[in-house]
Amino acid sequence: MRSVVRDRPVILLAALGVAFATGCDQSVPNDGATLGSAPAVVAARPASHPLPARFGVGRAATEGDISVLDIDIMPDGNGLPRGRGTAVDGATIYASSCVACHGADLQGTLLGGRLVPAPDALGFPDGDVPISMKAIGNYWPYATTVFDYVRRAMPLDRPGSLSDDDVYAITAYLLWKNGIVDETVVMSAEALPAIQMPAWDRFIVDDRLGSDRVR
Amino acid sequence: MTDTPEALPSTESTASEPVPHVTRRDLLAGAAAIAAASALRELGAPDIAAQEVLSVPSVPSDPTKIPGAPAGDTGARSAFETPVREHVSSSLSKTPLHELEGTITPADLHYERHHGGIPTIDPNRYELLVHGLVERPTVFSLQDLERLPAVTRTCFLECSGNMRRNGPEETTAQSLCGLTSQSEWTGVPLAVVLDEAGVQAGASWFLAEGMDAAVLSRSIPLEKAYDDALLVYAQNGEAIRPANGYPVRLFLPGWEGNTSVKWLRRLELADRPFMSREETSKYTEGIKGGKARQFSFVMDARSVITHPNYPAHVEQGWNEVGGLAWSGRGRIARADLSFDEGETWVSAELQEPVLSKAHTRFRYLWRWDGAETTVMSRAVDETGYVQPSLREFIDARGPHSGPYHRNPITGVRIRTDGQVVYRTEPWE
Repeated sequence: MRSVVRDRPVILLAALGVAFATGCDQSVPNDGATLGSAPAVVAARPASHPLPARFGVGRAATEGDISVLDIDIMPDGNGLPRGRGTAVDGATIYASSCVACHGADLQGTLLGGRLVPAPDALGFPDGDVPISMKAIGNYWPYATTVFDYVRRAMPLDRPGSLSDDDVYAITAYLLWKNGIVDETVVMSAEALPAIQMPAWDRFIVDDRLGSDRVR
Repeated sequence: MTDTPEALPSTESTASEPVPHVTRRDLLAGAAAIAAASALRELGAPDIAAQEVLSVPSVPSDPTKIPGAPAGDTGARSAFETPVREHVSSSLSKTPLHELEGTITPADLHYERHHGGIPTIDPNRYELLVHGLVERPTVFSLQDLERLPAVTRTCFLECSGNMRRNGPEETTAQSLCGLTSQSEWTGVPLAVVLDEAGVQAGASWFLAEGMDAAVLSRSIPLEKAYDDALLVYAQNGEAIRPANGYPVRLFLPGWEGNTSVKWLRRLELADRPFMSREETSKYTEGIKGGKARQFSFVMDARSVITHPNYPAHVEQGWNEVGGLAWSGRGRIARADLSFDEGETWVSAELQEPVLSKAHTRFRYLWRWDGAETTVMSRAVDETGYVQPSLREFIDARGPHSGPYHRNPITGVRIRTDGQVVYRTEPWE
């Protein structure tokens, strides 16, 4: 990853270089080669109207602005709220909020995806295994993602309506049903990031570029 | 209506004569209108009522002999033109590629893919939060963003899951790969916005999050922000359509569609990716050797023949074979056609201007001799990347690599009677 440490005016000019390349002359390659140097832009700008280092647009964000939106959870547990829940609690919530779409056996329905591997699952669903085999237990690399996604987007008809305790409970239930944790585990901000998922080491970063043939 | 010269052509077609541009909906509407008109006639109503039932303008035998319609607030398509998106589900609809010309997709025909429906957002209350590893966490209003230097750029936007497998002969280009569209986008370079907040040393990724019911989030390498990422608020000269992210969306040229997060509400800078559901369990591809590919952002080179396409017929003699080619890696260098199942290839003409990361129209004049013929198209981009055959694709990825980033060569077959069908090819 390229470092982003550099002088602000250079960054700004680079951005405007993109602007000119794409807005005025579409024949200029926009593959990054224009970044970091935009002499034509600099030369064309009269000294009476220098580019500012900043435009001074926008207002300072408050703690409240940030806390109400900052809901993401990272694999190390960063962002997890206080709270706790068990698989037993989760079973009750599943029956009332999840079962209609994901099914009593968690195998999914026409309305919602599979949550546990199929009984005849063929191991990790790579390019030689039907993608329909994908489930939390055999494909998701991080347990924290279950919490993050359930809290932000589920249930489908009432997204974001579950309490943090409820989400911990549902997460415990789903991980138990996938055979990853014991039925008695108490899910919390400490317990969740400590879980190593079966697929944690299956993912590689995109390696297609740099080849003129399909990879 | 069918016995008068004023009738719409859609009511004159018959089932035995498939006519392009006439949909089943037209035929049904026409049939309903005929039934209603005859019922009204039986009641003694004047024939003019039939035209009102049709709710399309009457067609004079000579339009130079009566005054035309007045100017209006907004325009509408000719009543003779009825392109529609193909709804695959409530969260997905495809652009009618085979019914469009040029390279710009009309905004109301842009493909749709949403993960929690289309939110309704008041532009006067819209706010974008930029925080995390920045010097000055900042909130931008829509007016703030519109004050910053704007750029306009024409690019394709394609869903990473844009390939129907094992479609039947009746598969149109729309049905095959209509999850790609092209617009002229206007907005502010993301780099300008980030510099307003001041990116801290050590930041290398940012989370882009939408304000839809899925609160969709994707981690994006910061490099893309300083390459060509935009925060766009206009599409084809007007405000972005709600389905395309109104009032503000991220736009990442050449990258899989879901990373261009719509209805953008938050950007959080960090020193690593966030590992959201979309970038772990969802938009990743199983490949060979027990692995899955992650953060596969760039859309590979691709092409599709749009003309002729099912359900058209072609006539013997000169015909134009045309379509679209595009690549997320840069410009299209060549669009090749094969009339012999891939044995030999000829290069089609590319319509200028050929833009980077943009749909490029190709055309090739060809004389059909009446023999059954297949025509396949193959894109080659400026990096030298060659669109693979289905065989090459499956050999590289495996037969079950999932719905994302499928870009094999496809084609059409012209039967001896001129009927154009999709060139079927088993995915195995």
